[in-house]
Amino acid sequence: MSLPGLTTINKGRDSSEHAPKNRLFFKLLKSKEFSVLSALLVLSVAVSLLSPYFLRVQNIFNVLRQISVIGILAVGQALIIITSGIDLSVGSILGLMGVISALLASAGLHPILIFILAILIGCLVESINGLLVTKVRINPFIVTLGMMSIARGTSLLITGGLPISIENPITFLGGGYVGPVPVPVILMFIVAIMGHVFATKTLPGRNVYAVGNNERAAKLSGIRVDRVKIMVFMIMGGLAALSGMILSGTLNSAEPSAGTGYELDVIAAVVIGGVSLTGGEGSIIGVIIGAAIMGVLRNSFVLLGVSAYWQVVAIGIVTIAAVAIDSIKNRKRD
Amino acid sequence: MLSNDILLKIEGISKSFPGVRALDNVSFDVEKGEVHAIVGENGAGKSTLMNILSGVYIPDAGRLLFDGDEVRFRDPRHAQETGIAMIHQELSLAHHLSVMENVYIGRLKKNKLGFIDHRGMFLRCKIELECLGISDIEPDALIKDLSVSQMQMVEIAKALSLNAKLIIMDEPTSSLTNKETEMLFAIIRSLKNKGVSVLYISHRMEEIFEISDKTTVLRDGTYIKTLYTKDTTPKELVSLMVGREFNRTFQRKNKEIKPDEIPILEVKSLSFGKKVKDVSFKVYPGEIVALTGLVGSGRSELVQTIFGLNNKDKGTILLNCERVEINSPTRAIELGLGMVPEGRKTQGLFLRMKVRENITMANLPRLCKMLFISNTKEHDAAHSYTSSLRIKTSSTEQQVQYLSGGNQQKTIIARWLLNNPRILILDEPTHGVDVGAKSEIYEIINKLAEEGVAIILISSELPEVLTLADRILVMHNGSISGELSREEANQEIIMQYATNQINKEMVK
Repeated sequence: MSLPGLTTINKGRDSSEHAPKNRLFFKLLKSKEFSVLSALLVLSVAVSLLSPYFLRVQNIFNVLRQISVIGILAVGQALIIITSGIDLSVGSILGLMGVISALLASAGLHPILIFILAILIGCLVESINGLLVTKVRINPFIVTLGMMSIARGTSLLITGGLPISIENPITFLGGGYVGPVPVPVILMFIVAIMGHVFATKTLPGRNVYAVGNNERAAKLSGIRVDRVKIMVFMIMGGLAALSGMILSGTLNSAEPSAGTGYELDVIAAVVIGGVSLTGGEGSIIGVIIGAAIMGVLRNSFVLLGVSAYWQVVAIGIVTIAAVAIDSIKNRKRD
Repeated sequence: MLSNDILLKIEGISKSFPGVRALDNVSFDVEKGEVHAIVGENGAGKSTLMNILSGVYIPDAGRLLFDGDEVRFRDPRHAQETGIAMIHQELSLAHHLSVMENVYIGRLKKNKLGFIDHRGMFLRCKIELECLGISDIEPDALIKDLSVSQMQMVEIAKALSLNAKLIIMDEPTSSLTNKETEMLFAIIRSLKNKGVSVLYISHRMEEIFEISDKTTVLRDGTYIKTLYTKDTTPKELVSLMVGREFNRTFQRKNKEIKPDEIPILEVKSLSFGKKVKDVSFKVYPGEIVALTGLVGSGRSELVQTIFGLNNKDKGTILLNCERVEINSPTRAIELGLGMVPEGRKTQGLFLRMKVRENITMANLPRLCKMLFISNTKEHDAAHSYTSSLRIKTSSTEQQVQYLSGGNQQKTIIARWLLNNPRILILDEPTHGVDVGAKSEIYEIINKLAEEGVAIILISSELPEVLTLADRILVMHNGSISGELSREEANQEIIMQYATNQINKEMVK
């Protein structure tokens, strides 16, 4: 690397720029993921004290399985929210992609081909969101609210409102097991790891944060902001397609109404996981833990025999509490 | 002076933020009808103190006596009602409302029916503005249609209409032209005659010596000294501010252009909207060309158009005599251009990202293998620039928002140096930067020019332009109104070109 001739002005005032390694622990303690993780642990300990079933392997897999779809979608949603966008159409696109993959299955395609095609179509559908947000400059809230309706309507039109049953090995994605582990759980972990690596180690991942932090500065630094935004929507589309196949695979049938209301759960998981709604901040690991908190919460209500309606209320309270904590922290920081 | 002339007594004020002691036991007095300058490097605690006085922050310790009574401000409104008004550096006006609505915001005049009395408000606002000698702002104009300096005047009118006894001005002239600054000073003098006190924060020594009666120096959050301005010198103030004798007067060797040299950048009749009209100029390697003129004269728009941020209406750009199309900053960077934009927080920094990430942002593709960022390459790059530019930060992993203004600016400069630009555009690179960092930035610019980098420097500070530039282009109203070599340039001539003063005077 050539430093353009700055050696002479380097009068070498010693700077304490290398953080000592033993402070790593404290850094970890201060990190957002840590506070989310501790919340999850506290919650889990509490539930396990109240119900002996909670820590059984069977139940743990059950919880993981329940959160897998929300977790996968939350990875995509997190990337969009970090660019300071939002996607309300995820649930509907999930439903639509379930239906489309069922149609592909009934056309007798090879499962691998179905998989690839579904992912591509998912990307394509979400790229419409991305294009409308960047090129026509419509607010993402409005664009995806419209798309939510369009995608749902399309699934209903295609199916006539009736579920399509699937007889194809593609259902392995939703109903299969590898040893004792349900396939959706494995898929969630793969997506989470890929998402984490993407966000922290790659150029496009870094650009996602840059755009969310300061769009203008990103543009001036040579980042093609529009492309970054379209990219995150397309990633979301691929993940929505994967989720659609998982959900229809679990039931061996594609419901046109599958995924209704998921957008709220997904956004809740992202927010609980510590992603700032103003963009520019957040981590994929945090988001997965956020999804897990919601899963454990739901599971505890079932185990403790509390009315399912309270679940809905509790999720809402936790979501608001998470944002409140974040906002109070931010206020202190100024 | 008698003690009953004291308007504000600051006693032992302290304030800490997580990890920083911003103010430590600061005490001094402000008398009635005095202009009291506050100076100090960035991070000395000026802004924190002003925010305490205007009710934004609550001090951890100490007390304030205003007009003889102890006051504890709950919020800025409470401070305003008590008689302290603050004019922020970043103006706090509602852009989509009219001038009068902004002046009377929160206490709009009502008529008998309880509706807003637009007519009454219009007339009162008009009078208020005329008291300030302002005739070119209509009370019903929208703020967004005003120039920055006009906005400043509206802020002052607002403060006056509140019957403030103490007006705090934070860098009020940073976006004003010399003529407007003179106007502001006239207003300050008339305020003084009415017995209003002014706390005046500025980095500009000339202004402090022109307008202030007393000057208080802060350093690292502590009170250093209050002096009668007429009894001190800029040199003394600067040495009090930095805590050491400051005698580095920057001197640059002029770049000489050989007759057969080819320009690295040539702009031919470039136009963009109403802001850039038919501009042509050349820049040679190793040359520092200053682009000056009033705020709003089109300087920033011109460089943004060159950098591909605006789509030009017509004109050509040649690099090394080769015609290039620059349709995006990405393309500009590929061609070896760099730009440190004006407004480091709005256009430059990624505030919640790390110093390291801020430094490598424009050069990341070159630090990647496939699409993966090389950890070692990135850290090395960040480390070598934090040390070579002496960026003061606890670590390259620190979020850039916690750095002082000067170090933030150096971080942005580092981003562009890392890119090895052939042409570097610097738009107000020392705006709001303290004296120490300023001279370091000058050294960097000079060094780059010696390395053969062509520099386009936009600056409103004429001393800066005169110190650094080989050639000075003055803009007025979207076109270049004058070109001066360093020898023929001085502040008066530049201002004449910048304002077209000569012509106007002659018409009169």
